[in-house]
Amino acid sequence: MNRLSWFNVTSLTLGFAFLYLPMLILIVYSFNDSKLVTVWAGFSTKWYGELLQNEAFLDAAWVTLKVAVMSSTLATILGTMAAYVLVRGGRFMGRTLFSGMIYAPLVMPEVITGLSLLLLFIGIGLDRGVLTIVLAHTTFSMCFVSVVVSSRLLTFDRSLEEAALDLGCSAFEAFRLVTLPIIAPAVISGWLLAFTLSLDDLVIASFTAGPSATTLPIKIFSAVRLGVSPEINALSTIMIAIVAVGVITASLVTKRNLVRQQQEERAAAQAG
Amino acid sequence: MQRFVLIAVPYVWLLALFLVPFVIVFKISLSDIALAIPPYTPTLKDGFATFLAGLDFENFVFLTSDDLYWKAYLSSLQIAVLSTAFTLCVAYPIAYGMARAPEEWRPTLMMLVILPFWTSFLIRVYAWMGILSQEGFLNQFLLWSGLINDPLTILNTNAAVYIGIVYTYLPFMILPIYAALDRLDGSLIEAAEDLGCSRFQAFWLVTIPLSKNGIIAGCFLVFIPALGEFVIPSLLGGSQTLMIGKVLWEEFFNNRDWPVASAVAVILLLILIIPIVLFQRNQQKQAEEEL
Amino acid sequence: MTEAVFAPWDDPTEKPLIRFKSVTKRFGDFTAIDDLTLDIFEQEFFALLGPSGCGKTTLMRMLAGFESPTSGVIELAGEDIAPIPPNKRAVNMMFQSYALFPHLSVYENIAFGLRRAKMPKADLETRVAEMLKLTRLEKFARRKPHQISGGQRQRVALARSLAKAPKLLLLDEPLGALDAKLRQATQFELMDIQEKTGTTFVIVTHDQEEAMTVASRVAVMDEGRVMQVATPEHIYEAPSSLYVADFIGDVNIIDGQANAKGDGTFEISWHEGQAPLHATSKRAFTDGQSCHLALRPEKVSIHSEKPDQIDNAVPGKILDIAYLGNLSTYHVEIPGGKVMKAQVANTRRVSRRSFTWEDDVWLSWTNTAGVLLDQ
Repeated sequence: MNRLSWFNVTSLTLGFAFLYLPMLILIVYSFNDSKLVTVWAGFSTKWYGELLQNEAFLDAAWVTLKVAVMSSTLATILGTMAAYVLVRGGRFMGRTLFSGMIYAPLVMPEVITGLSLLLLFIGIGLDRGVLTIVLAHTTFSMCFVSVVVSSRLLTFDRSLEEAALDLGCSAFEAFRLVTLPIIAPAVISGWLLAFTLSLDDLVIASFTAGPSATTLPIKIFSAVRLGVSPEINALSTIMIAIVAVGVITASLVTKRNLVRQQQEERAAAQAG
Repeated sequence: MQRFVLIAVPYVWLLALFLVPFVIVFKISLSDIALAIPPYTPTLKDGFATFLAGLDFENFVFLTSDDLYWKAYLSSLQIAVLSTAFTLCVAYPIAYGMARAPEEWRPTLMMLVILPFWTSFLIRVYAWMGILSQEGFLNQFLLWSGLINDPLTILNTNAAVYIGIVYTYLPFMILPIYAALDRLDGSLIEAAEDLGCSRFQAFWLVTIPLSKNGIIAGCFLVFIPALGEFVIPSLLGGSQTLMIGKVLWEEFFNNRDWPVASAVAVILLLILIIPIVLFQRNQQKQAEEEL
Repeated sequence: MTEAVFAPWDDPTEKPLIRFKSVTKRFGDFTAIDDLTLDIFEQEFFALLGPSGCGKTTLMRMLAGFESPTSGVIELAGEDIAPIPPNKRAVNMMFQSYALFPHLSVYENIAFGLRRAKMPKADLETRVAEMLKLTRLEKFARRKPHQISGGQRQRVALARSLAKAPKLLLLDEPLGALDAKLRQATQFELMDIQEKTGTTFVIVTHDQEEAMTVASRVAVMDEGRVMQVATPEHIYEAPSSLYVADFIGDVNIIDGQANAKGDGTFEISWHEGQAPLHATSKRAFTDGQSCHLALRPEKVSIHSEKPDQIDNAVPGKILDIAYLGNLSTYHVEIPGGKVMKAQVANTRRVSRRSFTWEDDVWLSWTNTAGVLLDQ
């Protein structure tokens, strides 16, 4: 059953080559000495050096980071509330509209979200800058957070909350002391998702950013439109490295916790 | 009281920053372009009666009369449909291979599929620019291998857009199909073979129908965002690549025609409602089946 | 009255339907089947019985074609089946999980194999109807597998695997997923269907009661080897080894040394200061050879006084009484500290039971009650 046939080996190899080769090439050529990105002229880290001196990029990176931290934190709070309302809220006026507004942004083309928010900000006379980007990012990423959290809440054993209430907790205490610690992994992955969505976003940021605040994707996009450049390769490599380290660490931690839990359960079973 | 706050905060937020903006888009799509700030008329400043009287469907009429928009919608649909089909063809063997891989490999393979999803979309599209260009790696490789004598023009064509969509949305297709195949009980395939199926018949009569839900979910997950895609056509596509996301962007930023851009957005939304509703139904049906 | 007993295995002229010839199957370092030779005859209801991991499922999967032997030959009706893929074998299997196709109705599940065989439409409809009738599923033909009960699913699986009228039907723990009551009823149903269709059944089970109930012959397996192949009665009454005796039913084992007394009777010295026991055996033992006397609890009687005129009597003290309703099992400690079980039918009410805890009693049995084993 579990032996891989040649067909499966081939499709996996080709598939993962397709997924990873482009990024690999990009990384390799970020260490290219030549300005010409497609001709190898020896190893060099000079593009990384130049990148570090490029004030515009550094500023944009700083703005992006600020926006991502703020919007993902806000989105996590709002998204968790929304998830709780959806799963545990019971019936209330306009529940259908509410769940519609949670799910719609997931499938909404970014150009439409961006355009509509921009028109709103202009309509109410809000100056475009960091604040408007944060508002925009919070709005669409809170929906992703609430989907992640509500899927965890759906499998949550409700009797745990009831036990807490039975033992004298108020509803809020029950949430803080029992529900939240248990759904914490989902909340954290929701935050991470919101954070990367914000880091990545080009289209919505382009609509909602003003001259006072430019994010990194906007900078990259305008640079890239002119063609491939080794500096962008270097920047991409750094971003890929950060994500790879983050994701691999997270999955290793999860796996270690799982293994430890299994070991403990086994030990307990033997002791019992 | 607590419950009220809990419901009200996210509710009001979404109303203000999601629903109201759409109403505004809809309103502006019915307005006329003007050399003013904001660049359209009427506004509520003109008084309510004039405001209502000033709204019309002129922009939508304009969209139907100028065949640029027709072509853009049609070619968006075509590109989205075809690239969804291509993505399915690429994703299915990978998902199948993953589901048949030894148990202990599967978490790693899963992570390898998800990892690109966490890396910047823009960077992943950008990576292909260096590969597909005239002097890019693909042409270098093909010339070196002797398969071609003159470099192919791939970048700035629709072909590059297809490649870009397949590449960036591949994980969305692999994951639901893998989930469906992973749940598939191996003894069903054996039962089919036991009852006289060849390997291929067993695949066609059992594996494919039982991964149907995964295939449908994956197709929607690729088709819906691909339809409104902006980054891929503007970086990989050429000037002749018409996609509605790009048209909207240009209408808004280059022509500063906000009413027409809004009308384009409203129509895009109308087109998207059909697949979104179908997708929602499919998900619901699937959830019910699992109960 | 003298209807011929169904026992093709005793007839040397009978050709077996299935023949395992020194079959070995290894998975890496692990030997699942170890040089196994076995014949199964037409129309048999053959049970492969053993604990999990004994190789019984591997044996069955080799018959179905999902595994191939590492060495040795498997013949079906005189033909080596190694080169035949599972979809071309005249063998069908009923899976432990039933493996019903969830996207197809009961009807389509049953018709699945017939459609692959390109059976004409009219014949197919008749055949499926026949199968539905046989398994009493007529009312459920249009339902999907998740819309019927566990027992009905089991019958669909059976109907599906029987539809192609295979020469051989393999059943992998067919009743494992059913609850105890349903299982018993289904056992008889299986026997009934087997008899009606005349198909050869090979059933894999770890439930000895099930094997004893349904099978014409039982093969007891352990660690890839067949320990004994015989009729259920024979396996129970005359196990060939301690392993088989212990695996099938409850058994008391008394270890000792055998001394021949002639006429196939042996004297067994088992504990100092105790009179030797006697038992008959067809097996030959050299004098002083160590041996084991296997005694079924129901063959052991319990008395308050030492009985006269009995072949074997052993004193003891009651430690425990397990009341099982129709039976009571007494746990009696005999000299040397060993605990023996004696089973007594409860023909009287409990209140009038003659023995209680801590009573000194005598256990007795006849010379032919036990089986004398050397291994």
